[in-house]
Amino acid sequence: MTKGIQQTTSSERRALPEPFIFEPNLDRRKVIARIWESVALIAILLGIGMLLTLLVRVFLDGLPYLRPQLFTEFPSRFPDKAGLRSALQGSIWLMVLTALISFPLGVGAGIYLEEFAPKNVVTRFIEINVANLAGVPSIIYGLLGLGLFVRGLGLGRSLIAGVLTMTLVILPVIIVSTREALRAVPTSIREAALALGASRWEMVRDHVLVYSMGGILTGMILALSRGIGETAPLITIGALTYIAFDLRGPLDIFTVLPIQIFNWVSMPQEAFHRLAASGIIVLLAVLLSMNALAIWLRNRLQKRW
Amino acid sequence: MARKILDQQLQEVKEKLLILGAMVEQALLESAESLRKRDMKTARRVIATDREVNDRRFAIEALTIGLIATQQPVAGDLRRLAAILEIAGELERIGDYAKGIAVINLRMEDRPNPPVPGDLIPMAQKAADMLHRALLAFVNEDAEAARAIPREDDEVDALYLRIYRDLMNVVVCDPSAVERINWLLWAAHNLERAADRVTNICERTIYAVTGEMAEMDVTWDELEG
Amino acid sequence: MDQTALEIRNLRVYYGDFLAIKDVNLSIPKNQITAIIGPSGVGKSTLLRALNRMNELVPGCRTEGEVIFDGVNIYDPRVDPVEVRRRIGMVFQKPNPFPKSIYENVAWGLRINGFRGTRAQMDEAVERALRAAALWDEVKDKLHQSGLSLSGGQQQRLCIARVVALQPEVILLDEPASALDPIATLKIEELMRELKRDYTLVIVTHNMQQAARVSDYTAMMMLTGEEERSGTVIEFGPTKTIFTNPRDKRTEDYVTGRFG
Repeated sequence: MTKGIQQTTSSERRALPEPFIFEPNLDRRKVIARIWESVALIAILLGIGMLLTLLVRVFLDGLPYLRPQLFTEFPSRFPDKAGLRSALQGSIWLMVLTALISFPLGVGAGIYLEEFAPKNVVTRFIEINVANLAGVPSIIYGLLGLGLFVRGLGLGRSLIAGVLTMTLVILPVIIVSTREALRAVPTSIREAALALGASRWEMVRDHVLVYSMGGILTGMILALSRGIGETAPLITIGALTYIAFDLRGPLDIFTVLPIQIFNWVSMPQEAFHRLAASGIIVLLAVLLSMNALAIWLRNRLQKRW
Repeated sequence: MARKILDQQLQEVKEKLLILGAMVEQALLESAESLRKRDMKTARRVIATDREVNDRRFAIEALTIGLIATQQPVAGDLRRLAAILEIAGELERIGDYAKGIAVINLRMEDRPNPPVPGDLIPMAQKAADMLHRALLAFVNEDAEAARAIPREDDEVDALYLRIYRDLMNVVVCDPSAVERINWLLWAAHNLERAADRVTNICERTIYAVTGEMAEMDVTWDELEG
Repeated sequence: MDQTALEIRNLRVYYGDFLAIKDVNLSIPKNQITAIIGPSGVGKSTLLRALNRMNELVPGCRTEGEVIFDGVNIYDPRVDPVEVRRRIGMVFQKPNPFPKSIYENVAWGLRINGFRGTRAQMDEAVERALRAAALWDEVKDKLHQSGLSLSGGQQQRLCIARVVALQPEVILLDEPASALDPIATLKIEELMRELKRDYTLVIVTHNMQQAARVSDYTAMMMLTGEEERSGTVIEFGPTKTIFTNPRDKRTEDYVTGRFG
């Protein structure tokens, strides 16, 4: 009765009667689907595998050196006495100060561009440039920082020069992600506020910002995570690799974890390589706890309705 | 609860229909009485009132059509509104019958003493009473009452038959009175027709309340005509 | 007493070079419900949004002509659109309560518009608005829950309460029931009938039956002009007349469903 039906190879499946115009080819389609599924699976497994390998290597190498001394000692020529006390201080100070400066600047700029700037050629020009700046190699900012802060403002190789340089590095990222978050606020909320006779600023302050704070803070976290791993711009402005005293203030010279790690890796002794691995573990831990703190803050700030 | 506008306006139309009914009822009674008493003033008033009856009928129709057009009534609401259109039309026709009797009265103004039958008054009263209760039945959505009222039409028919025979006897005795008698016969016939139209109102009521299209009664003169 | 709430004179709205609506002349009667109907894309919402200067928020949108409100042209350069929008409120197609508490949804508008009063007076104003929007009984025990926790119909009534709280003279409703189920829709319609005692309402709807049910006056819009690209009002009159005996053939075709 059904001439057009294809005889399927799988015997257990009961084929429904088919009108002549269709040729379902179910078996072939299922095979193709399974192939592509496998390709996708292999892709993710490769990524996870590499990451795991890396982590396992780092932990195997670094764990023995992960002891109290690592945090209490300054760098030393002798691996057994070496620690990253000054680098950890530098990193934490750098990140906290960078966050404090870049948040108001970046979010403010994002709000202005997205909510208030007139839509004209100048604004477009600024917008395109900000977006492009987010992709500029960080060493370029290092050179800018060297010229502007270290020499121009005479800040020297101080922490504050590093903070300002790092702010330049992550500012475009924060501006772009802030604008994305603002753009995700539904038009209906904006219209609702304006239709009640609100000014633009009242609308932004009470609704748009509240609604987008989660997205803005997420962008902030991502930007800071990028900043904590940066080495190039800090080396460019002359952050030292060997500092044997506590950080006393923003005008002090400083170093940071990635620089310390880089320094240890370039030493000939095997023990320093293992120290570098433990430094990586610390860097990861700092990064993760900063993220955790930021996420906790975000959830607290943003009451979910 | 959610159809407040429709419910309110439906109530309003029903009230307007009751007022129209009361006017027609009164016209029916007054026209018969004025004929009996040869009262030309009242007859003229009945004729004048008929214009208002017609206006009110159009007003009810416009309101009802407006409601149908704007409120999308269905089921019971739609049946009620459809019934109102019909009933308003029937009332207007009954009003015309009353006016017709008043006109007959005026036509006979200069004639000497036509033998107006005494049964005309009870006949008009009966028809008016049926009309009154039929409208109440519609407004109260009382299908039982609407079924009962048409049966009383037989009484009206009986009175009509009596008037008919009385008037025929007069013609037999005095052939010169034939024109006057013919007119009087028309007046009685109008009353009989008015009662028939009350039956139609009852049918519409039953339809509005139950959805059933009932043919209530077929009177003998309809079989003839 | 002046019986006109809004007098629209020679109104034209452009999006860039595109003339969206042209030469609209209309008197919106006070304390009545006026419906704007017409096929989609004819500029009904554009006309509505021209009445409280919401169109200005669309980049490239330009308005010519006058809208006289309280003796003043709201497009006069000296008139602040923020002031216009407080006195000519708006309810949108999709219920859009703020992601805040029910109470805050109503109180916010009062607060930014400089409500002078004690905490208790604010509570009172919020209650009054919620009652006016026929929502009070449903929310009085959960004023501090999220406005988004309400059903769609309740959310829309919350949005109406939010507008009513500011005691505007005119309320514009842009397809306020199109996202609601039939029962919620009838509730909104009934609410509109209540509100017209104190306010002038203008509603845009693609639902002809709704316009017929709820409005007192109806404005019929149609694309006209060369290439039929610009919308305008082709007929305006009492709703009953529009739906039983329209003057314009195009209105007749549209309301009888024989359009296009």
